[in-house]
Amino acid sequence: MNWSEFFNMGGYAFYVWTSYGLFILVIVANIISPMMQRKKVISHIKRTIRRENIGQAKRRHQS
Amino acid sequence: MLKAYYYLLFRDLRLALRNRHELANPLIFFVLVVTLFPLAVTPTPETLQTMAPGVIWVSALLAVLLSLDRLFKQDYEDGSLDQLMLSPNPLVILVLAKVTAHWLLTGLPLVIIAPLLGLFMSLPMEAVIVLIYSLLLGTPVLSLIGAIGVSLTVAVNRGGVLLSLIILPLYIPILIFGANAVDVAMAGLPVSGQLLFLGAVLALSVSLAPLATSVALRITASR
Amino acid sequence: MWHWIQRFSSPKHFYTMSVPLIKWFTVGALLIGLYGLYLGLFVAPTDYQQGESYRIIFIHVPAAWMSLFVYMVMAASAGIGIIWQIRLADMVAAASAPIGASFAFLALVTGSLWGKPMWGAYWVWDARLTSELILLFLYLGYMALQSAIEDQRSADKASGLLAIVGVVNIPIIHYSVEWWNTLHQGATVTKFDKPSIHVDMLIPLLLMAVAFKLFYAAIVLIRARNEALYRDRNRRWVRELIEQL
Repeated sequence: MNWSEFFNMGGYAFYVWTSYGLFILVIVANIISPMMQRKKVISHIKRTIRRENIGQAKRRHQS
Repeated sequence: MLKAYYYLLFRDLRLALRNRHELANPLIFFVLVVTLFPLAVTPTPETLQTMAPGVIWVSALLAVLLSLDRLFKQDYEDGSLDQLMLSPNPLVILVLAKVTAHWLLTGLPLVIIAPLLGLFMSLPMEAVIVLIYSLLLGTPVLSLIGAIGVSLTVAVNRGGVLLSLIILPLYIPILIFGANAVDVAMAGLPVSGQLLFLGAVLALSVSLAPLATSVALRITASR
Repeated sequence: MWHWIQRFSSPKHFYTMSVPLIKWFTVGALLIGLYGLYLGLFVAPTDYQQGESYRIIFIHVPAAWMSLFVYMVMAASAGIGIIWQIRLADMVAAASAPIGASFAFLALVTGSLWGKPMWGAYWVWDARLTSELILLFLYLGYMALQSAIEDQRSADKASGLLAIVGVVNIPIIHYSVEWWNTLHQGATVTKFDKPSIHVDMLIPLLLMAVAFKLFYAAIVLIRARNEALYRDRNRRWVRELIEQL
């Protein structure tokens, strides 16, 4: 089973390897998007914490 | 319980008949969309006939879809929907009343005007009769399933496009069998199979759809 | 047993208890997936009828199975969320929608790429491809409704109900599309039904199906942890956690 014949896939190389390429693309997208989502959620929560701390500091300062 | 059903049904009809012109909008839309096709494609009767069932059914479906907003939107805004949900009568009956009112105001006129469109699209007589039967069986299902979608998107302010995105996939079986019934009738073959399927879907949605709508209303409309 | 479920279903415990599960699922998915791919691409014999192009089956069929399986899981967890008010179930339902949609998309694209050598056209209104397309629309409708409603609780419940209504409609849609397809099925398009699959081809197919399921399990838990963080953002346990990060 030499490599060139394998990659040729009996003439259907384009179809087989594009679909496997898309397969890898979908798998990678499914792995990356939760990570980005996690970063977004954590930064969002951090921002709300900071906003609340500033609010409390100002109220303590005025009273 | 039946008294509540009739009371709400007549209340809705009275409300709608007060502004009569607004009632005609889905009807005009239906006729307008159908007349676009001969202009867009070809006026020759043969091609018109082959595409007539699909065109009439798709425009009937879109006409019902556009008029669905009227179902709960006004009641949600002026708060009478909350009153309805607080009433001792089961919400399923009240939802059924509202959907029947909606069907009488939009579905039935489509059925009545369908022969005129059959004429436009040069449909033979027996196909027009089957068209009326299939619309008569199909449009209530469109209102019933549409009611589920409307109750889900009642709290969303610009819910129009979202409503069609949710509901159109659920309309596909009715469209397939409705349009095909007329198609097969044109070829002179028996249409009992398709009409029986539409009847079965009608029975299924009359029993299940109001239930789902009332659950959805309890979820989304409780402010 | 019930105690463990009770503890596991509280977002705080779920957040920590799901980490080992994710690790095992990813390892399992990776190993079985690579082995399945190896078998499918190298060992499986060439098909007498379609030559090598049939090897797309090893991702097309598992993806199609998965898109349906994930929708069922989504509807079931949405049902649990609505009936027993278990918030974790809503999180799992919300987390699995994008994954299911990506599988449906993958199944569609590989299906059309496979259709080209076999039927000569990228898109053929074949019954299975059409129902897959409608399933993708159901997913998109679910996600659109989920993001359209502001209040998180009613968004979960409303889209959950849509998933349940969708699951009731899937057999009806599939039956009517099948019926519609056989009706308009011209004699030209050779009716491709599952060839009596050779055992060497079946093993990699089943392995890939298992690998897909494990992969889905790992990703849905990761996404569910994000949902847990987001939904409990005002709760103390999230605040403490974030401070440590």
